[in-house]
Amino acid sequence: MWQERSAIEWLRWLAEGRVSAVELVDAAFQAIERTDSRVRAFLHLRPEQARVEARSIDERRRRGEELGLLAGLPIAVKDVLCVRGEPTTCGSRMLAEFRPPYDATVIERLRAAGAVLVGKTNLDEFAMGSSTENSAFFPTRNPWDLSRVPGGSSGGAAACLAAGQVPLSVGTDTGGSIRQPAAFCGVVGLKPTYGRVSRYGLVAYASSLDQVGPMARTAEDVALLLSVLAGHDPRDSTSAPVAAEAYHQGLDAPLGRLRIGVIREHFESGLSPSIAGAVRQALDVLAQMGAELVEVTMPHSPYAIAAYYLVAPCEASSNLARYDGMHYGLRCDESLPAGDGNEGRQDASRLVRVYRASRSQGFGLEVKRRIMLGTFALSAGYQDRYYVKALRVRRLIRADYERAFERVDVLAGPTTPSTAFRFGEKLADPLAMYLEDLFTVGANLAGVPALSLPCGFDENGLPIGLQLQAPWFREKRLLQLAHQFQQRTDWHKRRPAL
Amino acid sequence: MPVEINPALVRHIAELARLELDDQLIQRLASDLAEILAYVERLDELDTESVQPMAHALDLTDVFADDVPGPCLERQEALANAPKKDGEFFLVPAVL
Repeated sequence: MWQERSAIEWLRWLAEGRVSAVELVDAAFQAIERTDSRVRAFLHLRPEQARVEARSIDERRRRGEELGLLAGLPIAVKDVLCVRGEPTTCGSRMLAEFRPPYDATVIERLRAAGAVLVGKTNLDEFAMGSSTENSAFFPTRNPWDLSRVPGGSSGGAAACLAAGQVPLSVGTDTGGSIRQPAAFCGVVGLKPTYGRVSRYGLVAYASSLDQVGPMARTAEDVALLLSVLAGHDPRDSTSAPVAAEAYHQGLDAPLGRLRIGVIREHFESGLSPSIAGAVRQALDVLAQMGAELVEVTMPHSPYAIAAYYLVAPCEASSNLARYDGMHYGLRCDESLPAGDGNEGRQDASRLVRVYRASRSQGFGLEVKRRIMLGTFALSAGYQDRYYVKALRVRRLIRADYERAFERVDVLAGPTTPSTAFRFGEKLADPLAMYLEDLFTVGANLAGVPALSLPCGFDENGLPIGLQLQAPWFREKRLLQLAHQFQQRTDWHKRRPAL
Repeated sequence: MPVEINPALVRHIAELARLELDDQLIQRLASDLAEILAYVERLDELDTESVQPMAHALDLTDVFADDVPGPCLERQEALANAPKKDGEFFLVPAVL
């Protein structure tokens, strides 16, 4: 079974000439062929281009040329990152026909590293959601139980790894969109420090929170991919001018007596008992590895969801104002039939009527809901009470992290309050869906790096995620800890029966 | 005190957001927004009078780029995704 090996192991095989890039890409497409009619992780596949790119890597290797860090490895990319001339839909009808005229910086970096892009993965529309049910095209299914969601918004990005279709995957995380699907699908996902990875060419949802990050089945592979993605980019003014590291090197280095803070509030309310048990066991493993466990309190963490679901929709309502049906995206010249809800539309100019019709037909329900919530929270008379209030609480949440990291090196706790839920279970209740992000939004608000890795299974055989968080730009520490945890456990080696 | 989210307010917000919503969706969003805003009321439990708003996670300010011309999109590339165009320009409804 080709998916039994990690990306790092395949790199060794490629270097030794035991396998070719073409064989690997063919194996990826065979696995996709075999499983994706059930999982539906991919929105677009590019078999011809991928084979051409793989063949070129093989030729360059034969000629003895120096190759990049990922040369010949198949990779999947979430369909919210621009790939020049190829579909980039963001899971939205609005961008169903959009073909970007340029590559995102992370795509350029992947190409330069020799990665072979097999396709673009499914997501909640504009990365807004926690189940991938908000994709305008189709939902992705969880490979561990096809009647359940893979999480979201990077649901396709996590599912393609769990299904053994590719060894590496790129997701994005605004409030937990890498970590929650990684937990639900039993894979590893890292949200880097805000500014660690360029957002140039990432279609914006909430610009002060969005971050691109690596996903894989092992922490070592996640580290390898981060080494390629990370780095300063002058084209993203929020990109941090901090040197990137070789994150995949020195993962076995002794961590000494690491102090690990256990967030008290994350065990208090609404946590499923099976998750609490699995996370406690994982903490015991970390203690056996030599870490010292310290209980810490993050007193403002119970307010994180409320702050997040004001800040993110406000930024979204502003960012998504660009979809006007003029320069790119869906354009509808016909309004909806007149009705009580549309009074005033006859008075509006034709230009405004085209805006409204295009946006109303291009956006799905959750996107409309967040645009409406954000527009309200930024509107005259309400801005101070909602948006500015949330920004003040955001500072208190960051101060909780600053205080905690004076005492501890890493924070640990559950990634999610529950394991993968069934389709439709939370669709009717937006607030219940938002509470999925209870433990993950803090890292986005504060900007710290956070990683989810598999640490057990619940009574239904569904994966459970352990979340590790570190101070700003300490990704290496998270990856070392996760890698050394995986040397002592085998949760990440379990595979769903597909 | 939570704000009362009535259909008239939802219509006003939709107008600002350039969205066209039918009556059913107006009702639906009125009740969704009311539920979400009732939840976020918990922020009022915190005294934030002396706390500065924080719009950004990193303390990056005034990021300047050198003022040098670089490559830019060709006209045809820039127009390629336009829903309506005439070969040289984007076509938009008359504004005046």
